[in-house]
Amino acid sequence: MTTGTERLPATRGGTATDGRRSGALRLFGGKAKGGDEAAKRVQFSSPYLPYLFLAPQLAIIFVFFYWPSIQAIQSSFYLEDPFGFGSTFVGMANYTDVLKSGEYLGIARFTAIFTALVTFFALSIGLLLAVKADGVIRGNASYKTLLIWVYAIAPPVAGLIGMMFFDQHIGPIVELARWFGWDIKVGLNYSDTAFAMIVVSVWKQIPYNFIFFLSGLQGIPVAVREAAAMDCRSGFRRFWTVILPLLAPTAFFLLIINVTYALFDTFGVIDVMVKDKAANNPITLVYKVYMDGFRGNDLGGSSAQSVILMLIVFVLTIFQFRFIERRVHYN
Amino acid sequence: MYRTKFFDHVILLFGVFIMVAPVVVAFMTSTHEAADIHRNGLSLTWGGHFVETYETVLTRKGGFTGKITGLNMMMNSMILGLGFAVGKIVLSMLAAYAIVYFRFRLGTFFFWIIFTTLLLPLEVRILPSYEVMNTLKLTNTYTGLIVPLLASATGTFYFRQFFKSVPDELLEAARIDGAGPFKFFIDVLVPLSRTMMAAIFIIMFVYGWNQYLWPTLMTTDEGFFTLVRGIKQILLVWVGSNIPDYNEAFALAILAMLPPVLIVVIFQRWFIKGLTESDK
Repeated sequence: MTTGTERLPATRGGTATDGRRSGALRLFGGKAKGGDEAAKRVQFSSPYLPYLFLAPQLAIIFVFFYWPSIQAIQSSFYLEDPFGFGSTFVGMANYTDVLKSGEYLGIARFTAIFTALVTFFALSIGLLLAVKADGVIRGNASYKTLLIWVYAIAPPVAGLIGMMFFDQHIGPIVELARWFGWDIKVGLNYSDTAFAMIVVSVWKQIPYNFIFFLSGLQGIPVAVREAAAMDCRSGFRRFWTVILPLLAPTAFFLLIINVTYALFDTFGVIDVMVKDKAANNPITLVYKVYMDGFRGNDLGGSSAQSVILMLIVFVLTIFQFRFIERRVHYN
Repeated sequence: MYRTKFFDHVILLFGVFIMVAPVVVAFMTSTHEAADIHRNGLSLTWGGHFVETYETVLTRKGGFTGKITGLNMMMNSMILGLGFAVGKIVLSMLAAYAIVYFRFRLGTFFFWIIFTTLLLPLEVRILPSYEVMNTLKLTNTYTGLIVPLLASATGTFYFRQFFKSVPDELLEAARIDGAGPFKFFIDVLVPLSRTMMAAIFIIMFVYGWNQYLWPTLMTTDEGFFTLVRGIKQILLVWVGSNIPDYNEAFALAILAMLPPVLIVVIFQRWFIKGLTESDK
C-alpha cells in the first residue's frame, strides 16, 4: 500500500515509460535541491557556447522580470509626486497605509473567501467527475473530450458568456432564480455579483482539475484496486480509505494551482463582470493593484500591494516545492 | 452493479451538460437577431442569421475609432499565440540544453536565476512591467505584447526534465562519431523532442491566445487588439445602447474560443500528456 502512495506522483502521466519516470524523479530532486546530483555523465565543455545558448532567455528574464520586480520593491518605499516632479522616500508608509485601509482589508477578506470557494468547488466537482469517468467503460473517451475542452476558453470569454446567463433581461439563470424568489442583480448587488463570479470561475477551472484527477486515478496500479475491491465491498468507503489517500499528492498539487488560479487568473472574469466600476462590486487583490496603479495613479500604494502579493505567492510556491522535495525524499 | 453504472452515467451526463450547454446556447443565440434575443432571451434553436452576424463581426470595423475588424483581431490573436508558443520553445530548449549538456562554472547560478521566475507571476508586477515597457517604447508593438510573457521558466523546466531523461549513451555515441554540440542538438535532440515540442506548443499556444491582462495594458491602439482583448471593448460600447448587440457579442466569444478549443480537442492526447507530465 505504501509503495502505491509514493509511486503515484511519478506515474501521474500514466503512459510514461520507466525511463522517463526515473527522469522525472531526478528532475524533482534536482528542482528542489539546485540540480547537480543528476547531471549527465558526459557533458560538453566549451568556454562560450553555454552562455550563448542561455543568453536569449537570460536577457528576457533580466529586462522583463528582474528589472520590474526590483522596481516594484523600490517604488513601494516611495511616494510619487502627483504632478510627476520626482518622488520622496517614505519608508514603510505605503505598507502601513495599505494594511490600515478598511477598503483593502475588505478586499483581502473577499479574496480569501472567493479563493476558498472557487478552489473547493472546482476541486470537488473535478474529482467527482474524474472518479465517475474512471469508473465507466462505455463512452469513456467521449466524456473525457466533452469535459476537458472548456479548458481552452479564456477567462474573459467565460466571463462574457456568464454575463449573458446572468443578464437582467435575457439571462436564464436570473429567470430560474426568480422562480425561487431570488432576484439576482449582477453588477448592482454585491453578493449577487460575487455569486456570478464564483460560478463562472469554477466552471472554467473544472476541466483542469478533471484532467489531473483522472490521470492520477489511472496511475493507481490495478493490483491495488483489486485488493481494495476484495477487502472492502462498499464503493464509497473504498474511495475514502484507499483511493483518496492515493490521490493526495495530486490533490495537493492541484490545491496550490487552484489557489493561484483564483488569485490571479480570474482577473479576466472579474474585469468583464465589473467593467471598471469597482464601486460596490466585489474585486480581488490583483484587481485592486490594477485599479490603483492604472486608474488611480497611485504608484507607491499599488507597488506596496504588488509586494504583498509577491510575498503571498512566494509562500505558496515554497510550500509547493517543500512538498515536492518531501515527495522525492520518500522515493 | 448496473444501478451504480447507471448513476455514474447520470452524473457524467449532468457534468457534460453543465460544461457544454452554455457554449451551445451562446452559439445558437449568436445566430438570432439582436432584437429577437432582447425579446425572447437566450435560445437553443437555430436562428438563421449565422452568415450575416459572423460576416458583420469579421469584416465590419467596430470599437471606438472604427479601426479594426474581427478578422484583424483574429490575426493579432494568431500572432500572439504562435509568437508566444514558438518563442517559448526556442528559448527554453536552448537554455535547457545549456544547463543539462554543458559543464560550466556559472551553471548552477544561472539555473537559480531562471528558477526564481517561477516564484512571481506577471500579474503581481504589472505596473512596474508596464513602466519598463514605456521606458523601452514597446507599448503598442507585437514585441511588447509577446516578449515580456516569455520571461518565465516553465518551458525551460519542461525541457530540462525531458533532456535529463534522454539516455547518456546517445551523447557518448554521438561524440564517438565526432558530433559537436550543434550537430548533436539538431540531429539528435531536436528529433527526439518532437512529441514534447508538440505538447508544449499546444499548451503555450492556448496560453498565449487566451492572454488578457497583459494585452489590455500594452495595447491602447485598436490595431493591436486581440480577440480576447476586444471582448471588453464590446461590453464598454454597450453601456447606453437600447438593445445591446447580444448576437455580435456571442459571435465574438465563439470566434475567440474556436482556435484554442479546436487545437485542444484535435490534439487531445498530446495536450493531456504535456499538461500532466510537465507539472505546469
